[in-house]
Amino acid sequence: MISVQNVHKSFGDLEVLKGVSLDVNRGEVVSVIGGSGSGKSTLLYCINAIEPINSGKILVDDVDVHAKETNKDKLRQKLGMVFQQWNSFPHMTVLENAALAPRIVKKMSKEEAIEIAKKELEHVGLGDKLDVYPTKMSGGQQQRLAIARALAMKPDYMLLDEVTSALDPELVGEVLDTLRLLAEEGMTMICVTHEMGFARDVSDRVAYFHQGVIAEIGEARQVITDPQNPLTQKFLSKVR
Amino acid sequence: MNSLFTPLSWSDSGLILTGVWNTIIISVVAIVVGTVLGLIVGFLRAESNKAVNVLFGSVLDVLRSVPLIIQLILFSTFVGAMGNPLAPFVAGSIVLSLYTMAFMSEVFRSGFESVSPSMQIAARSLGMTKWQTIYHIRLPIGLRAVFPSWLGVSLSVIKDSALVSVIGYMELLRTSEQLISRTQQPLEILIGVGIFYFIISYPLSHYGRYVERKMAI
Repeated sequence: MISVQNVHKSFGDLEVLKGVSLDVNRGEVVSVIGGSGSGKSTLLYCINAIEPINSGKILVDDVDVHAKETNKDKLRQKLGMVFQQWNSFPHMTVLENAALAPRIVKKMSKEEAIEIAKKELEHVGLGDKLDVYPTKMSGGQQQRLAIARALAMKPDYMLLDEVTSALDPELVGEVLDTLRLLAEEGMTMICVTHEMGFARDVSDRVAYFHQGVIAEIGEARQVITDPQNPLTQKFLSKVR
Repeated sequence: MNSLFTPLSWSDSGLILTGVWNTIIISVVAIVVGTVLGLIVGFLRAESNKAVNVLFGSVLDVLRSVPLIIQLILFSTFVGAMGNPLAPFVAGSIVLSLYTMAFMSEVFRSGFESVSPSMQIAARSLGMTKWQTIYHIRLPIGLRAVFPSWLGVSLSVIKDSALVSVIGYMELLRTSEQLISRTQQPLEILIGVGIFYFIISYPLSHYGRYVERKMAI
């Protein structure tokens, strides 16, 4: 379980998270929506210990993420993360991209790492691209590679930061389909997204972020189709 | 009748080959040492804060801005005056290596900086440590990006090595100067020497283009 408890986070004088609390249970899919600058991506970066927090607490399976004694590299193995920019490693083939971390981080044998990487690449529909260099692929394919690369570490949770925002519109569908598949398989996910249809159909719960706080959180269909908070109503009327 | 000058003959080829060999040796030393030191300094510069960079930068600026020929003369005279004159090869290697390092460090710094922070965060998010990220991601991507510049610096070092002749190192140019003063055939000899430099450099630049194509990303 991921437990975010009253987290505050500032960049200089700018307070981005102003007391955020959120519990995400195993097997649950939570989508985070909200305007740009509302702090939703920052929350993911804090959960993954990429950004430090100012106060509050984040627990992942009861481990305090930001405690000094926590081995953050080890913790990140549990938390797969995919970003807006796919960040494929350009000097490696698709297969090498996905096999690298299992081999050097989990110290698997080369054969084992390749086997897992192959399996995850087939999982996201890239089974026929193993020896291709990622720069020769479309953004959608590279983003699916990023998902497979994270899955190859066998994470317990997936943090997805606007993974379709940088894609051409016609490529969004293939990436969302991959995420749908993961949700059906029971992967625990926190998705920061602008895809309201996806948030409504795939997630269990939706949280609406407004100026560094969660203004509304609830069952996905309810928040998207029948928001209670006027701020959520205003936001949704603008993005529709 | 004995002439003051003796024309160029086959017996001079040994001397010329020694010059060629010495040019190659000092160039290889300078490129290897300059590359290793340049990698370290370039990495430190890419990683460091502004204060450290200003300090590093000014030393490198001196090495880059003062003409190599002056650095060579100053260094070997200074060391000689201190009472421990160095062999021309040693003094030349030191100066040429540091001079190369100054250029290489800028090449590698831009290489390291060309790898975006988001790429590094992506690597870290997979559980890689800082050093794994440097070794598996930053270094290989950065080096590929700057390979053409590295090759350019290396080729100019080969040509710059001719300047080490001023402190008495018997490289290609100095051997040819000796031959010129004996034979009074400057045209033939300098054309020949030019061809030798071309023969040394051309395969390298050609091979470089091949490598560049092969690892294009």
